[in-house]
Amino acid sequence: MHLDFTTYLIVSVIKDVIFLGALLTIVAYTVWLERKVVGHMQNRWGPTRVGPFGLLQPLADGLKFIFKEDLIPANVYKPLFIAAPMMSLFFALLSVSVIPIGNNIDFTLNGTAYQIPLQITDLNIGLLVILGVTSLGVYGIALAGWSSNSKYSLLGSLRASAQMVSYEIALGLSLIGVLIFSGSFSLREIVNSQAHGHWNIWYRGQFIAFFVYLTAAFAETNRIPFDLPEAETELVAGYHTEYSSMKFAMFFMAEYANMVTVGSLATLLFLGGWDGPMFGPPVLQAILPVVYFLAKMGCFLFLYIWIRGTLPRFRYDQLMAFGWKVLLPIAIANVIVTSFFTALLS
Amino acid sequence: MHLALFLIFGCICVAAAVNLLVQRHPINSALSLIVVMGSLAVLYLLLGAEFVAAIQVIVYAGAIMVLFVFVIMLLNAGVEEHTHGSKVAMRFGAPGAVLFVIAVVAALLRRGPDEMLPIGAMYGSPEAIGHLLFKDFLLPFEVTSVLILIAIMGAVVLARREN
Amino acid sequence: MVPLSWYLVLSAILFTLGVVGFIAKRNIITIFMSIELMLNAVNLSFVAFAAHWHQLSGQVFVFFVMVVAAAEAAVGLGIIIAVYRTRETLNVDRVNLLKL
Repeated sequence: MHLDFTTYLIVSVIKDVIFLGALLTIVAYTVWLERKVVGHMQNRWGPTRVGPFGLLQPLADGLKFIFKEDLIPANVYKPLFIAAPMMSLFFALLSVSVIPIGNNIDFTLNGTAYQIPLQITDLNIGLLVILGVTSLGVYGIALAGWSSNSKYSLLGSLRASAQMVSYEIALGLSLIGVLIFSGSFSLREIVNSQAHGHWNIWYRGQFIAFFVYLTAAFAETNRIPFDLPEAETELVAGYHTEYSSMKFAMFFMAEYANMVTVGSLATLLFLGGWDGPMFGPPVLQAILPVVYFLAKMGCFLFLYIWIRGTLPRFRYDQLMAFGWKVLLPIAIANVIVTSFFTALLS
Repeated sequence: MHLALFLIFGCICVAAAVNLLVQRHPINSALSLIVVMGSLAVLYLLLGAEFVAAIQVIVYAGAIMVLFVFVIMLLNAGVEEHTHGSKVAMRFGAPGAVLFVIAVVAALLRRGPDEMLPIGAMYGSPEAIGHLLFKDFLLPFEVTSVLILIAIMGAVVLARREN
Repeated sequence: MVPLSWYLVLSAILFTLGVVGFIAKRNIITIFMSIELMLNAVNLSFVAFAAHWHQLSGQVFVFFVMVVAAAEAAVGLGIIIAVYRTRETLNVDRVNLLKL
């Protein structure tokens, strides 16, 4: 069913606004969730004052960031200093454009049948777009550290860039097992190939790939246990030492948006996306997939926060050795074993 | 629409390439080259080569250029100075280059009416390229893997400290 | 609808800019980047011709060009780092004697 150009444009803009609004709200409330969960793990309350259960804390934090003084130190390289956080946030938000959150919604209006896919655009190379955007996200960090003209920032950004580039390889290779079974890079196709409980994690034996993917994704998003480049006890604050107020908030939002992207990809690729028991009237059947998807993604966000409150961080040489000497061979072995069994059983 | 997109991204390509030559600090040149690669990826998409466009962004703009930016950050060399050799090269090289471009463009546009390429002219899906890579071009594919292995060993040996 | 020759013209312009950069610039990293620019221009020609002759081999060859460019960039940057360690300069005009 082909829409004409202006209708398609208007529908896309509306979807853009809804998806971006939802993503930024999820990012803000992930910060709240992290502070609450880590607080309870450390036997304290977390935010409780601002609103019931501290639910308005993200709003207060946002206002604080806007009103803080935006300090630009004297010797920084100004164009890149200002552009780097914007680049980071831009690439982090770009991946939401190919993520599907539910089935297509079919309805008839005035006799014509319409179908709205719950995705901004379904590209044939959707997964490659997300990998490409992850690759480009390294620039925000590298240029931020370099333009800050400070040795802590430079060291932090060099370490962070080297870490991200190293773990990108294991990330990409762990997804090849999934692609062997789905036959396409389109995210909707990958989810459809896991319909009716045939999830990639257990029915197609990709559990090792799942753990490799999760580990590599933790390293890509610079979260504990891989957050040496931005750890406070190590390098002051790493590549965002010299940043304040809105620019720092942009780095912060970019990190959490990357977490959300990783959680969404993990559910789409390994946990069957929006697959789950269907019941009820058609209205409920349209909403249930979205609920299942958001619930699974929420589990991954909770996992991120849980690991942050539990594990210590890797030293840098341990981190790099683990990425190259352990994770990469496991990912390659997974590709070999998966393709061997696929060829054997078909 | 196709023409507008081609002209916009073609102009961005050329402008970024000129910026690469004009800038004196190598980090600005590196960022201009990334812009060139990005707009070339869009042009590949206009020609229907979607897998090549994705690979261009992931490998070229996202890995090779990160390597360049790394080395520039690590060596921290600073602004380039104008020596005698570069002034001579610019004085004779720039007009020579313009003449060369005019000659080549005249030769290309004089070929007569040639085929129009519609948008998405040769659709290169990953599956089709995969078929070609693993059937017709299997030997070059395996040879490139050996080439990359040699390059990795070479880079490790070259960058090692002599102590 | 864009004629094939316009893609080739763009490729020629980018290639020439790469050649000018290779000859005129003195910082070795910028010279390297001009080489990458030349390779990209050639890639554009390959993809345009693949569309013209309706053969996918042109796009496959772009893949090989990219692999070679990656290998060359890795080794070349290793050489640059090694040269910088001994000569302390990235200006090619100052690296024109075999002995220091």
